[in-house]
Amino acid sequence: MEAVGKILNTAPQDPLLTLHHVSLSFGGLLAVKDVSFTVTVGQIKALIGPNGAGKTTLFNLITGILTPEQGAILFQGQPLQGMAPHAIAARGVSRTFQIVQLFNHMTALENVMVGRHVRTRAGLVAGGLRLPWTRREEAAIRDQADAWLAFVGLGGRGAERAANLPLGHQRLLEIARALATEPRLLLLDEPAAGLDPVETDRLMELIFAIRERGISILLVEHDMSLTMEVADDIVVLDYGSVIAEGPPREVQRNPAVIAAYLGTDWAQ
Amino acid sequence: MRRAPRLIGLALALATLAAFSLAVRNTYYYTLVNQIGINIILVVGLNLLIGYAGQISLGHAAFFGLGAYASGILTATYQVDPWLALVAGLLLSGAVALLIGIPALKLKGYYLAMASLGFGIIVYIIFTQLSSLTGGPSGLIGIPSLKIAGHSLNSPQANFLVIWLTVTLILLLSLNIVDSRVGRALRAIHDSDIAAQAMGVNAPRLKLLIFVVSALYASLAGSLFAYASNFIAPSSFGVMFSIKLVTMVVVGGMASIWGSLFGAAVLTVLPEFLAFFHDYEIVIFGLILMLVMIFLPRGLVRGLLDLWEYRQWKQSGKS
Repeated sequence: MEAVGKILNTAPQDPLLTLHHVSLSFGGLLAVKDVSFTVTVGQIKALIGPNGAGKTTLFNLITGILTPEQGAILFQGQPLQGMAPHAIAARGVSRTFQIVQLFNHMTALENVMVGRHVRTRAGLVAGGLRLPWTRREEAAIRDQADAWLAFVGLGGRGAERAANLPLGHQRLLEIARALATEPRLLLLDEPAAGLDPVETDRLMELIFAIRERGISILLVEHDMSLTMEVADDIVVLDYGSVIAEGPPREVQRNPAVIAAYLGTDWAQ
Repeated sequence: MRRAPRLIGLALALATLAAFSLAVRNTYYYTLVNQIGINIILVVGLNLLIGYAGQISLGHAAFFGLGAYASGILTATYQVDPWLALVAGLLLSGAVALLIGIPALKLKGYYLAMASLGFGIIVYIIFTQLSSLTGGPSGLIGIPSLKIAGHSLNSPQANFLVIWLTVTLILLLSLNIVDSRVGRALRAIHDSDIAAQAMGVNAPRLKLLIFVVSALYASLAGSLFAYASNFIAPSSFGVMFSIKLVTMVVVGGMASIWGSLFGAAVLTVLPEFLAFFHDYEIVIFGLILMLVMIFLPRGLVRGLLDLWEYRQWKQSGKS
């Protein structure tokens, strides 16, 4: 953790992402209700809750696909709400998707190369004229994309069409693509869904390896053993509200959480 | 590393142009091949928009017409230098594309198709009705040819070199764009708009940019067309021509620059050689569009290659 703090030139306890009383309704239904929590630098935070609790909606709010009706979302002290998704990516927030959203007609390598878009600058004219500096930039994009593929364990699979990869590899590819944008904060939306136990173990190692690089993680996951293992801290959502927050051991014993997951009978 | 094949390709293209202009004497062929070249510029631009950015336009002939009329009116009526008039056409078309594109590209799918269709019809009506400027339905006469170093390019042979040099440059530029960071982002938008934006691609801006680029290509083609034929009439810029262009894109294969070359060539030549084509032109183009969309959605070239590969694979499986 200390090493992480040095890399980012910030103390580990500094807030990276803060949600302040965020609310959003879809046609009268409050999907997210007065949600507040903080992700600190270098933290792995998990967001759990029953289906429909508002987890993916929160991800869409943070990444600018949706805009909160009330409240504020602060990233490194600056508001994110109202910014376009691509501008939020440029600020250092990246994500994966619950339903895999790869660029299916492109190769695995090209998918990750798109992740470099936000950190590179060759425009239409410079690229169209193939100016020398753009060719150097392209070569660098390719090298970095290769490196991220290797980092998630997909080295050597770069030439394959994204659509032809098995689901486990597709999920890893989404992570590589998100990492290529050089995020400070990575949002993982159910990265273990559809993975077998071996793949889930590898995912766990990958999540720790990402944190080692100084990247904070906000994770939505249904696999409880994975969540309990990797998360420093857990936020529990139910019907759009935060019903509990704390370290895994505490959250596990919280009666409100048990009630939300198993029904009130079990909580007594 | 792809530099070398590209230079070889360029040299080959130039050699072919030189060989053609030395070997062919018949003026009719030059007129036909010039029309192919102009259509290639149009179709490559439209394919950047449809095939790469995934935005349909059924009004592309309007930008072709804007370029042609801007060049035609400025030179024939106001004696402006043809090259300057060509640039003026580009500026006009670019500005109109920006103005139209900002609201229209917020639409998706059918709505964008309808909006572009409406735009095409409106521009066509302006060409016909604004007769004081455009000469109305009977057309605009007296458009001069391009001049290079005092020499007027007033023969189909001379226009052939200008048009096909432009085609070569446009192909080179387009291949570069498709291969670049921007081209990759465009293909990403086509596959998943939401993921592309989450990766930092400014999708709305990029779509607008490529819309403007395709309008500029069309305007350039329109100016060259006006100078090559010395006469223009609204009938060249109607909705039917927009649909022909879309058919050329589809037949050549979406998101394939070389395919566009093929699609434009085949569908420009075919009507010339099949007399019955003229009577049933609309029907035949509609039929081609439907058949290719249903049976060879990746275009004629790629589709036939796929079929051939599939047969090879089946045969090798049997033996």
